[in-house]
Amino acid sequence: MLHTINKSPFSGDTFDTCIRFFQPGDPVLFIEDGVYAVQNGNKFSEVLAGVLQSNPVYALKPDLDARGISELAAGVATVDYEGFVDLVEEHQVNSWL
Amino acid sequence: MKIGILLKEGPYNHQASDTAYKFAEAAIRKGHTVDAVFLYNDGVINVTKLMDPPQDDRQISSRWNELHKEHGVEILACIAASKRRGISDEVLIDGGEITGLGTLTDIAIRNDRLLTFGD
Amino acid sequence: MHVMRHAPHGTIYTYEGLEMILIMAAYEQDLSVVFIGDGIYSLKKNQDTAGIGIKGFAKTFMALDGYDVEKLYVDRISLEERGLSEDDLVVDVEVVESSRIGELMKEQDVIIHH
Repeated sequence: MLHTINKSPFSGDTFDTCIRFFQPGDPVLFIEDGVYAVQNGNKFSEVLAGVLQSNPVYALKPDLDARGISELAAGVATVDYEGFVDLVEEHQVNSWL
Repeated sequence: MKIGILLKEGPYNHQASDTAYKFAEAAIRKGHTVDAVFLYNDGVINVTKLMDPPQDDRQISSRWNELHKEHGVEILACIAASKRRGISDEVLIDGGEITGLGTLTDIAIRNDRLLTFGD
Repeated sequence: MHVMRHAPHGTIYTYEGLEMILIMAAYEQDLSVVFIGDGIYSLKKNQDTAGIGIKGFAKTFMALDGYDVEKLYVDRISLEERGLSEDDLVVDVEVVESSRIGELMKEQDVIIHH
């Protein structure tokens, strides 16, 4: 199951909450303000590194670009909207808001 | 793959409408079917043709109209949510429709995926 | 599966979410409702909305039973974090671990967050 997260981890608890519920192997895709979670060196780096041990993590490139985020935490992959569609084709979706 | 989209936030205020549109566009480009965009909560404001942003800004309701016209995507606003917010047939974009939540149930059943965008 | 994540009254998400659940239930869909985070507050006893001029709806959750929506799950951590227990809630719910909810999510065709 693909989990999408669209909130900045600094402004809401979506990221903190979501990680309690996803299953090992489930891909996680950060979109919109959610992409602030994957900026290298922020205070969520450790939590994110833990997630990456068990789950693939993606961030939507156009959202990263729009926010000037180019240094990503190691292991995070980027996708464009087409890549987002591919992930949706491969998995059922859980759109966390 | 057949996709339904549930859009729960109004235009401009939140990026949800833009992401939903970009996603739908990409899915269609890749040969998938976007069956319907169902508008709920403030999302119903997406269907008013009265929106008139500055010229250098995107026209969000025209985008939905274009998806409907060129790709047959149903643009559906929930009737209860619309009534609360003053959205009626008189302000609807071409191709937009006001319908009940039963339609969303059908959309959830008949599509391979239902994605939600919102706040 | 419907996931209630917002507190009531401050935003309309829970109320309109409940309206959606009632309609979908009338279509005889196999529904479950999960309360996570602030979503739990919508089930709190003794809500009196008279003073804020907004219709209260906590009691409507009690009606879900009549619509055959019998699966109401509450995330244990969310409940405990808020200093609440099952006795503080207006309906009978099943308090479950996050991992159990995660497993249930994985089985769903459709998940809608409110």
